[in-house]
Amino acid sequence: MALKMPAPDQDVLARRREIVAALREIVPGEGVIDAEDELRAYECDALSVYRQLPMVVVLPSTTDQVARILGYCHENRVRVVPRGAGTSLSGGALPLADGVLLGLGKFNKILDIDYANRTVMAQPGVTNLGISTAVASAGFYYAPDPSSQIACTIGGNIAENSGGVHSLKYGLTTNNVLGIEMVLVTGEIIRLGGKHLDSEGYDLLGLMTGSEGLLGVVTEVTVRILKKPSTARALLIGFPSNETAGDCVAAIIAAGIIPGGMEMMDKPAIHATEDFVHAGYPLDVEAILIVELDGPKVEVDYLIERVAEIARRCQSMTLRISESEEERALFWAGRKSAFPAVGRITPDYMCMDGTIPRKKLPEVLARMRALSEKHRLRFCNVFHAGDGNLHPLILFDANKSDELERAEKFGADILRLCVEVGGVLTGEHGVGIEKRDLMDTMFDEVDMAQQLRIKCAFDPESLLNPGKVFPVLHRCAEMGRMVVSKGNLPFPDLPRF
Amino acid sequence: MVAPRDNEDVHQILADAAASGTPLEVVGRGSKRRLGRPMQTAASLDLSGLAGITLYEPEELVMTARAGTPLAEIDQALAERSQRLAFEPMDMGPLYGEPENSASIGGVFAANLSGSGRLRHGAARDHLLGFKAVNGRGEFFKSGSRVVKNVTGYDLSKVICGSYGTLAAMTEVTFKVLPAPDKTRTVLIFGLDDMRAAEAMSAALGSPHEVVAAAHLPASIAARSSVSYVSGAGRGVTAVRVEGPTPSAEHRCRALREELARFGETEELHGMNSAKLWREVRDARFFVGDPRPLWRLSLAPTDGPKAISRIVRALQGEWFYDWGGGLVWLAIPISSDAGAHIIRGAIEGGHATLVRADAAVRAAVPVFQPQPGPLAALTRRVKESFDPKGVLNPGRMG
Repeated sequence: MALKMPAPDQDVLARRREIVAALREIVPGEGVIDAEDELRAYECDALSVYRQLPMVVVLPSTTDQVARILGYCHENRVRVVPRGAGTSLSGGALPLADGVLLGLGKFNKILDIDYANRTVMAQPGVTNLGISTAVASAGFYYAPDPSSQIACTIGGNIAENSGGVHSLKYGLTTNNVLGIEMVLVTGEIIRLGGKHLDSEGYDLLGLMTGSEGLLGVVTEVTVRILKKPSTARALLIGFPSNETAGDCVAAIIAAGIIPGGMEMMDKPAIHATEDFVHAGYPLDVEAILIVELDGPKVEVDYLIERVAEIARRCQSMTLRISESEEERALFWAGRKSAFPAVGRITPDYMCMDGTIPRKKLPEVLARMRALSEKHRLRFCNVFHAGDGNLHPLILFDANKSDELERAEKFGADILRLCVEVGGVLTGEHGVGIEKRDLMDTMFDEVDMAQQLRIKCAFDPESLLNPGKVFPVLHRCAEMGRMVVSKGNLPFPDLPRF
Repeated sequence: MVAPRDNEDVHQILADAAASGTPLEVVGRGSKRRLGRPMQTAASLDLSGLAGITLYEPEELVMTARAGTPLAEIDQALAERSQRLAFEPMDMGPLYGEPENSASIGGVFAANLSGSGRLRHGAARDHLLGFKAVNGRGEFFKSGSRVVKNVTGYDLSKVICGSYGTLAAMTEVTFKVLPAPDKTRTVLIFGLDDMRAAEAMSAALGSPHEVVAAAHLPASIAARSSVSYVSGAGRGVTAVRVEGPTPSAEHRCRALREELARFGETEELHGMNSAKLWREVRDARFFVGDPRPLWRLSLAPTDGPKAISRIVRALQGEWFYDWGGGLVWLAIPISSDAGAHIIRGAIEGGHATLVRADAAVRAAVPVFQPQPGPLAALTRRVKESFDPKGVLNPGRMG
């Protein structure tokens, strides 16, 4: 697939040997990788349709090493691509042919657990789940839970401002990070925030979160942790139409209830997952909602009843309430395996990630059906209904003549539709290289110029992760997306939603 | 004073200011003009004419308002639909001798003002979803959107919050609103000293009862409360708030009283009394009409009492804690540097802001925490990326 990335700097490529040697001075031993067969492991992230061998990989283990690497690269005008676990769905860690790939995998230690202040300080290569696991014995957890949480790192979460199914109630990464230590492209080390709640000066921590590796390299992270809710129960509700399910979502929120999670699936998604995991989903409905309430038992029991009443008023056809942890897990099992389940019924699929105002859901679903006919491709929908984050999955077969091309056009049309109804291009997967060339559907030239000037304030030579987020060249006709070909996914067993 | 009537006016005025390099003071409704360093400006850009709620969709939990809209108008519209701003924006005006409820929504976000509920629900910056503004280059731009989940491009909503009008003049803000709780209960614990109060607040916040707010008022501050349970206690009062549907608020209150009984005698506040107390805490009412310089310290919660014990060895002050100990309001005797040297020397991690002092003191002392070299340089470059000629509130945060 053609993707225009910044042209490799021939001068840098010519100095490769010298650059590798300089990096070895900074990171001795096996921390510098330049053999092609070993570089192969880093050629893509989870958006595996795009691949590129990096010029060299460096795996530092101290902040000082990161500072010296960046200082060297800055001085010598060498591009740098930071990488956590490489689980990005938008190509955020795609290497550059003339770039140093800076892997943070060795930054894997938890540095401080402070229950009195309810914070954890960790190195950026610690996994998202690793933080929750470290504090689980005391009954605490870290709230944002992207579904790749067993693999994705907290540093990567900051780069992407990762979400999860509980973000409606507990927020995204940006709402749960208190402080970072980071290295600027010049090699200067700065600290933003800490264990306190408010930023001093401009909120550069907020700016860093979701900046997709374009502004600096995070070397230490402080997050807030929460006490685990004592109870969680879920409802599994079937509806005769997407519209009635959408109405139910609006009615729950209008009643003043903010569930811990609220997920919707349409009929094709229900059937695909039910065939796969046998979660007991009703098959004669058009849509299901999974609504989870968490908190003290007395509150959960009370709200479960209220949500059930609302669902009945919204013409629910079936309604089950989890009576045990096993049953609650079963309700979620289908939802959490939606992607692999869909992978069983189609040679390839492409996952979109737009957000829309919730009330536009019926309109957007209807128009997506029309687009499906236009592009002659099937699709199904899983939906973070609580916060309006859609994940349409476009089904196609890359081996058939023009299906990939049609799938890409279909996907781009869906994202344009999301923006047209007042939504956005990406709710949680990031822009990366995937939606880069659609940025102008949301932002005009002045908006983009302001963002680019911020990039310049941090990285005037555009050495950090260039080619991501902002269109570099002319608008590309092709819109990349997460394309999954069987056997090609770097983390085939990781749940995705 | 220039008073634009619409976005186009703001655009025009700032384009002219940018072209001529004319420095302007950016003002919403003027409740916090004395926060920050004194400025040399040619005129004031009064945004109060840009008023009115332009979009409110309760089921979508979102509202859009022009930047000069009175906060009071927004609070009222939300209350009619049993919703609220969960970050509980502070009303700072009275601390400066301005009338109550004189803040604008734009000013709330520009100062990133969050009240006691910040602990649980996040700060103003966590609620701003998008905005429109004119930068110091005289360019009208937008950022963000009206949906909660959005990672498209840099999150400028964060950096505009707490920028005190030094980056851009906001014309419109879009923010998240949330349901108001059915019930609120406040547990009081009597007679704790600061250290013990910090432990009690930590215990409450580390419990599974979803504590929304936790504050500690030493005896002399508690005595000034308008809530008799608090003022009549004759000793320090620690307050912990829970919310929710009626059965769960009551359950949480009961459970907390049991858990916190080991710290001291407890009591509970309902309805009006609870709301009154938290409003006093939110707005630092105990220091209204007080000529003393006032500091706001943002620290790790358990560091609050430690910093205070170091400070009061050298300075005679009065203080109270919010945010579980992580926010300290401290009034100290009038002096030429308002105690800046001692206060900033006593804190480790975190920062101290001189919220109220005479203009001469604010000119002599950095109002905001000074930053180390590389961070200060980066801050300057970020400022220049919005406002290269320094026409917007020049020097206010400097």
